[in-house]
Amino acid sequence: MSESDLPEGWELVVGLEVHVELATNTKLFCSCPNMFGDEANTNVCPTCLGLPGSLPVVNEQAVHFAMVLGRALGCTVQPSVFARKNYFYPDMPKDYQVSQYDLPTNGEGALELPDGYVVGIERAHIEEDTGKSTHVGGDGRISGADYSLVDYNRAGVPLVEVVSRPNMHTIEHAKAYVSELRDILLATGVSDAKMEEGSMRVDANVSVRPTGSTELRTRCEIKNVNSIRSMGRAIDYEAHRHIDLYNNNDAPRQETRHWDEANGRTRPGRSKEDADDYRYFAEPDLLPLDPTAAEIAAIDEAMPALPQQRRRALAEAAGLVPADVALVVERNQDELALAALAAGAGGAGVVKHLINNLADGAGQLTPEAFAGLVSMETRGDLSSTQAKTVLAELVANGGQPADVAAGLGFEAMDTSELEILVDGLIADNPDEWGRFCEGDKKIQGFFVGQIMKATKGQADGKVVNQLLASRASSS
Amino acid sequence: MSNRISTDEVAHVARLARLQLTQGELERFTEQLGDVLEHAADIEALDLDGVTPMAHPLPLANVARPDTVRPSLDRDEVLSQAPAVEDGRFKVPKILGEEL
Repeated sequence: MSESDLPEGWELVVGLEVHVELATNTKLFCSCPNMFGDEANTNVCPTCLGLPGSLPVVNEQAVHFAMVLGRALGCTVQPSVFARKNYFYPDMPKDYQVSQYDLPTNGEGALELPDGYVVGIERAHIEEDTGKSTHVGGDGRISGADYSLVDYNRAGVPLVEVVSRPNMHTIEHAKAYVSELRDILLATGVSDAKMEEGSMRVDANVSVRPTGSTELRTRCEIKNVNSIRSMGRAIDYEAHRHIDLYNNNDAPRQETRHWDEANGRTRPGRSKEDADDYRYFAEPDLLPLDPTAAEIAAIDEAMPALPQQRRRALAEAAGLVPADVALVVERNQDELALAALAAGAGGAGVVKHLINNLADGAGQLTPEAFAGLVSMETRGDLSSTQAKTVLAELVANGGQPADVAAGLGFEAMDTSELEILVDGLIADNPDEWGRFCEGDKKIQGFFVGQIMKATKGQADGKVVNQLLASRASSS
Repeated sequence: MSNRISTDEVAHVARLARLQLTQGELERFTEQLGDVLEHAADIEALDLDGVTPMAHPLPLANVARPDTVRPSLDRDEVLSQAPAVEDGRFKVPKILGEEL
């Protein structure tokens, strides 16, 4: 069963909140190092420990990164104000988190997925990360723990929270969104975006509704998904849980739930407090941010090529559509592809080999050799099997495709030799040939297989098929 | 006395702030908060179109610091201030409010 299959009559509704740790040297409001994996509580100071009398000063690089990310997502960068979000939790020593509320740095934007689907971005605001708690005793979960241990190295690390609109309706789109956002973060250098280290954390707001309806039903926020794959599983589980509840005349209640990877299920966490319960108010210790138009223009000017633009550029050069080349761009092989195309190779061949045969990297392969190889294959000098073998050799040891092909004994087979083989085969198998001529597609494989056997796989399947077709039409 | 806020609402806000109020305090704060809201209502009654909301009394924005690391505190000194410590970390009581 495909993950995105919901029972007939139900539609999935997903909005994603992605917390991104910014790749700054220091924390958001103090000069402690922003460093993953250091010994516990070594990167702390009065400000990030929330000691009385300490005052925050915002990190200019964090603000810059936040605006770069905003612009990369097509957001309006606007004047913004920090706000206190008040709640009690030991991983937050001040008993409030400095975030942004009604005036986030980045307003509305959009993110286009490789297949062209556009996910709305509601906002992308700046906030500080919390410390890290480890629950001791019980089964390691909060509910059964005897006590918790807190490390504040992460407290105050700069985050941007990117909030999408709830307009993803398949698991595939939700996964593509996270993957695309990660690629944007890497392209802009705003974050190292490692889900496994928590520098990119995804919370999924999941609900379902009857197909055709536009209502937004009660959602649950799923936390603790540590990979794109587990996010897909968690959304699938949760959607089915909701449908089961509705089918039993029940309904989900709005709450935070934790994904349990080992058992493949979500479990309830704390019930979701209303936004009002956080008693947001403007942070009196910090001044507003008010970027100038010139600053924003400079960010746009310096913006590197983003995945969406790279897909479009490569697709256009290769004569394909952006979705066809998404994987090539994701693997950062579009530069090689463009160079091979510039050296005269055909687009379809280049993309095919990059996706199927160069997933582990191009090694010693030069764009010129790649282009030469694709051209040889296109001309029929090499069968696709031979081309793959030559390509592997070019990746491992470099060189020119013609030399490598000759060294492997892959001489282009003279079509006349093939014709003799085909005619002999037809003569030896009159019954099978009769079926072929009557249009029995299944028998085609028999003829191609026999020719491949006779040529030890050297024949080009395409050429063989063409020969068979031409013999059939003239017999 | 203003009826802009009820004792129930004040009790709710007090609970969120982890404040334990006596019945007398609850009534007194309800009245005081009502007065504050009354004052806000007076301001709200003015014609404030074209007045930009003020996020901060100081006429300043974009006060930032460079992204340069400065030394953190000594860990032993930091942890010596805590009531309980284990394994280089702050030991805190069981976290409530997350029960199933």
